[in-house]
Amino acid sequence: MTKTPLQFRHNGRDVALFVEGGVNLLVALRESIGDMTPKFGCGQGGCGACSVLIDGELHLSCLTLAEAVNGRSIQTLDGVKDGPNLHPLQRAFMEQFAAQCGYCTPGMLMAAKALLDRNPSPTRAEVIEAISGNICRCTGYEPIINAVLAAATSGRARA
Amino acid sequence: MAKHRGRGIASINYPIGMNLGGDPSQALVHSNPSGKFTVSLSSIDLGQGMKSVTRQICAETLGVPVEDVYVDTADSDTGPHCMGSFASRGTHRVGNAVMAAAKEARGVMMEAAAEELEVNAADLDTDGRGNIHVKGAPHRSISTKDVAIAAQFKQGKTISGRGIFLVPLSEVNPETGEMSPATCYAHACLVAEVEVDDETGEVAMVRMDSAYELGRALNPRLVEQQLVGGAWMGISHTLFETPEPYYPDPVHGPRDFVEYLMPGPGDICPHDIAVLERPAADGPFGAKGPGEMCANPVLPAVANAIFNAVGVRMDELPITPEKVLRAIKAQGGARPQARR
Repeated sequence: MTKTPLQFRHNGRDVALFVEGGVNLLVALRESIGDMTPKFGCGQGGCGACSVLIDGELHLSCLTLAEAVNGRSIQTLDGVKDGPNLHPLQRAFMEQFAAQCGYCTPGMLMAAKALLDRNPSPTRAEVIEAISGNICRCTGYEPIINAVLAAATSGRARA
Repeated sequence: MAKHRGRGIASINYPIGMNLGGDPSQALVHSNPSGKFTVSLSSIDLGQGMKSVTRQICAETLGVPVEDVYVDTADSDTGPHCMGSFASRGTHRVGNAVMAAAKEARGVMMEAAAEELEVNAADLDTDGRGNIHVKGAPHRSISTKDVAIAAQFKQGKTISGRGIFLVPLSEVNPETGEMSPATCYAHACLVAEVEVDDETGEVAMVRMDSAYELGRALNPRLVEQQLVGGAWMGISHTLFETPEPYYPDPVHGPRDFVEYLMPGPGDICPHDIAVLERPAADGPFGAKGPGEMCANPVLPAVANAIFNAVGVRMDELPITPEKVLRAIKAQGGARPQARR
């Protein structure tokens, strides 16, 4: 099958790869680039585990054709930390015990980051709205909501 | 047409582990020459905190910092046998096995230290910070790392221990049917407050208040995390989840996350939890463990709250809007009960 050349920025680095037609971004990230932080949950946009940022906007990588991101900038959870320093959201998730099995955590963090990037002081209702496309089986959501609110507060305190 | 508030209560006793063939679990503990310890288990951590809790139990028993213990739960082919992570048995059964293994390993470690310090092992104690010293003479001490090196390269000792926890099988009394299915029980009570819409049949959670008695909470934050998350699972079983929501034919059942309903972050409610600690006599440091019981009291409490709100007894799960509406219709309208 003919493969399509593809270039995009992945967590600040330029990557070039060949993909088969119809391959989705999740598969390209995991299998071609080896970035395992976006997770395969349902493959049909129902769970949010594969969430990534494309040019800063939240997208489901399982429903995004890899070819559609040519020339664009992708951020996954792998690119969220700053060197050895965790992102305030990651730290807040740890401190608030906002993960158990951890499978939803990368998607949750990306959904939360998309929210805080555009709204650094969200209300509780806005946090709930922002993560409502992401399913978590373990935590009951409460610790996740608290973590996002705590990260927003700590971000304001730093600024 | 109105929304009715109701409150319901439920209490449960929950057996820790089971008694089918004794319910055993094993653990192996060994040190390497760096003075760090590895706990080998086949018990799987699904996120409930088995690794953290067994790590704490091992470190506490050995008398070393928790940072010096690594828990390996990798492989049931190569690890020591475990019945599994279920029946709320992990902390209690596996914890006891780890404690026994760590105790044996500690004995060897103290013997090796005694040989290095040229004293009697009974006169030695650990400081929990990675040192072993002569009781009453803290300056006469040796690090666990140096003990491990001496054991490995000089004394020819393995600082290791084996542990198993096995509940003796309880036979059934043929006359009375009596038996002891468990060695300890955890207890809980939960009050649920709901709002039932008698026009749509929808049940919204308003708040929950609960008390859990689960032995000593070895890791209070993990206990709270399980109780919060488990209550959500209880709400999910009560009001949402089923492979066959309305129709008997599985063909109409849900096939994915879009059709298999679960409560989202907007459907949860405030939940105030009190953890009561009555240490279990046969638990590791008195622990029983939360586990499955986190979800259990939610179901009857919510069913009772719905009765309190609109006077219908729901006896089939999940309690979907359709079932609530049919029941209200069958009794000729909502009949709010007295609120206590």
